[in-house]
Amino acid sequence: MRRFNLNLWLGGGLVLLVCVGAVFAPLLTSFDPVFDANLMYAEEPPDAQFWFGTDEQGRDVYTRVLYGARISLTVGIVSQIINSVIGLSLGISAAYWGGWWDDLVNGLTNTMLAVPSLIFALAIMAILGPGLPSLLIALGLTNWSWTCRIARSSTLSLKGQGYVLAARTLGYGDIRIMATQLLPNMVGPILVISTLGIGAAVLAEAALSFLGLGIRPPFPSWGSMLTGARELIVIAPWAAVFPGLAIFVTVLGFNLLGDGLRDLLDPHMRSRTA
Amino acid sequence: MSDAPLLDLRNLHVGIPGRGAPLDIVRDVGFTILPGEAFGLVGESGSGKSLTALSLIRLLKKPLAVSGGEILFKGEDLRNLSDKAMRRLRGDRIAMIFQEPMTALNPLKTVGRQIAEMFVLHRGMGWGEAQKRAVDALASVHVPAPEERVRAYPFQMSGGMRQRVMIAIALACDPDLLIADEPTTALDVTVQDEVLKLIAELCSARGTAVLLISHDLGVIANMCQRVGVMYQGRLVEERDTYDLFADPRHPYTQGLLGALPRLGSRHGEAGRQRLVDIDGMIADRESLSREFCSEARNPVRDPRQRAGGGA
Amino acid sequence: MRDGPPAPLLEIRDLHVHFPVGNTLLARNKRVLRAVSGVDLTLGEGECLSIVGESGCGKSTTALAVMGLQEPTSGDILFEGRSLTGAAGPSRMERARIAQMVFQDPYASLNPRQTVHRSLAAPLRLHGTRTRSEIDDRVADILLKVGLLPEHGARFPHEFSGGQRQRIGIARALILDPRILMLDEPVSALDVSVRAQIINLLLDLQEDLSLSFVMISHDLGVVEHMSDRVAVMYFGQIVELGPWDAIFANPTHPYTRKLIATIPDPDTILHPDRDRAAGAAPPPPAGHRFHPEDVGRPDVYAVPAPSELLEVSPGHFVRCAPA
Repeated sequence: MRRFNLNLWLGGGLVLLVCVGAVFAPLLTSFDPVFDANLMYAEEPPDAQFWFGTDEQGRDVYTRVLYGARISLTVGIVSQIINSVIGLSLGISAAYWGGWWDDLVNGLTNTMLAVPSLIFALAIMAILGPGLPSLLIALGLTNWSWTCRIARSSTLSLKGQGYVLAARTLGYGDIRIMATQLLPNMVGPILVISTLGIGAAVLAEAALSFLGLGIRPPFPSWGSMLTGARELIVIAPWAAVFPGLAIFVTVLGFNLLGDGLRDLLDPHMRSRTA
Repeated sequence: MSDAPLLDLRNLHVGIPGRGAPLDIVRDVGFTILPGEAFGLVGESGSGKSLTALSLIRLLKKPLAVSGGEILFKGEDLRNLSDKAMRRLRGDRIAMIFQEPMTALNPLKTVGRQIAEMFVLHRGMGWGEAQKRAVDALASVHVPAPEERVRAYPFQMSGGMRQRVMIAIALACDPDLLIADEPTTALDVTVQDEVLKLIAELCSARGTAVLLISHDLGVIANMCQRVGVMYQGRLVEERDTYDLFADPRHPYTQGLLGALPRLGSRHGEAGRQRLVDIDGMIADRESLSREFCSEARNPVRDPRQRAGGGA
Repeated sequence: MRDGPPAPLLEIRDLHVHFPVGNTLLARNKRVLRAVSGVDLTLGEGECLSIVGESGCGKSTTALAVMGLQEPTSGDILFEGRSLTGAAGPSRMERARIAQMVFQDPYASLNPRQTVHRSLAAPLRLHGTRTRSEIDDRVADILLKVGLLPEHGARFPHEFSGGQRQRIGIARALILDPRILMLDEPVSALDVSVRAQIINLLLDLQEDLSLSFVMISHDLGVVEHMSDRVAVMYFGQIVELGPWDAIFANPTHPYTRKLIATIPDPDTILHPDRDRAAGAAPPPPAGHRFHPEDVGRPDVYAVPAPSELLEVSPGHFVRCAPA
């Protein structure tokens, strides 16, 4: 009798679309994203040969958008995994052990929340220099505060439950309790926040690359494509519109998927904690 | 006592409509409550006692609905009343108190205001006068220093005090019938004793009839003149309280009384005997109740999954 | 039944548990809540000792302290004469084989993400049982002991009813073969008919496995049915302690009398004349008064006035203060 979950299906569909594009990029296009530059075909509008048109160097925008998805998804997923690991370990251990460690983690989390994470990422990128590895580090270190908060509050409510107390009396070590008793019981909310986090990371990657701090040209990142297309916005708008659309679709997809997952998991969580 | 019943419940059925074969969770329940009488409804979780009470005041949660029967309150069938008329009746003529006073009270309003609301809503008083009446109402439920406590918020009070506030709200408009659903289950025994005595004292002084719902046979025995025993959505026995405890007829009632470790029932070292086990009659009750009741704590909807097993 | 007083298996000596209140980084407030202030108890081999009292009386805190889940402020807890607290105490693993706990709420006491088998097998593996067949045998054996079937092990907790879950909770408590079972309101969350089954099961297990029980409860009917000795706690202290028949037939402390008198009992309707605590209150021992005399709501932050447990009849103690 559950209502049809539009968010989940629409979001999942969009995310799947982007994933398929990224994974099967070489099969979906006959061009190369970097080397198939041909000034003869520069700034061609979309047609049967170049579906999304070409940019100022005559590269196929469709091909570059497909390969761009690989970078966006890699950055989004890997940096969110780093964020989740940091947020979960800090949040669970802070709530479980309490004391000065909890105070410290809380202070750190609040500081992270007070400073916009993009500014933080910018600072880290400025130190490490551009490139994919530094992008992963910068985005992976700056967006764990919500995960940490959710892990902390879940742990606070779970650690008084009988099964956690029982695990302690049965001789489980603290780390084992966190891994086997606490962590599996918060996957729902963590999954939701991580999905939203991937969307945010995709957006942040585009912003940083647009500013020239992320993926450098000629490699096709949606953000760096926008940088290149900025000057062509009047003569060749397609060079800016399609990467922009790709960012929009991806971020929307992850956000809808996150909301859909929340709708799906929430009644479960409520009835379990009731 | 007048002979015309205050509440006359006839053949009440509660179920989920339009689901292929109708599945009634409350089946053919009927009893009467005379004005000023205390009637107890006893049963285990999922026996349908709370659903019966909720259907009386038409507060069943969807998809549950009354699927048959009559609910005659002062001779008028509540099922035919408009929603507006029903709202006027609730809190004014029929009041209700719940198990957990913390969730039933609004945490953002002072208790004085929540009591005063009843006077404003049902008696058309101004707020000034209503506030004064709220102090009297708090005093009547023996809350110490009522002039100060009207300004307190629910979280500033103990469980027993909150339940007293609930009683003050319920009885503010001198209702004809008070429905009390497990009113003391969340309280300590000494506080429970005080709250039960308060309900008994106030209701007998005002001639308010009480429908007391409880799983605790002791509470029912001390409070009610007549008792109905519910089991699997049916009323299996309805008797004068003394007769029921002295001579239970239905096997379920007998089992229930035997299954209860009662104070003073153990004699000497040999007295640690096994208690009566009334399992076996309870096979499908649990799946039924858990599937549809609001009390269900269980995310699994498929009753087949819980088939088998001991307890 | 038994010859002479059994040797104490567990001994609690002058246990205090205090919680600092309102103590934050900015405001250092010296107020402490005295949850347990000076509890002495012994548990004999094979005995069932019940601690009764209302919420906030410190009975659960005492239980948690025995289980090592709550650090005592002061005092000592000894198992067979050996201290469980402090640096010299046993490791977590050793302690796990001394005492285990059965929790009140069967819905919150099982990990919803683990099958029953996994919940039961993991502690075994942790404590050194290596072979798979050994583990499976032990899990099947314990499930049968608590009245379930070995094939129930493959299921998740949500597939069971409240009573069955409580059986699983008991199985988990027994899996390491502990000497003591701490029962925290073991049946109060269950339906009346299921209560009887769980009580019967616990009594059977106590006999079969020669277990010792400490039961925390506010349900005096259950306490009377199961206990050998009863301790009545009131705001952090034991006010009366004695054999079950002495406590229920001859309640002496005003608080015990109040507690027993307020239990709603279906029998009062049949025997309105037989009011258990109505008989004349026994006088306190000469030169003493009961402590506390007024059983309203005492100040949980104050240091309690000096008082002691006096023996009014063999094994039956009542808290008194010099008159």
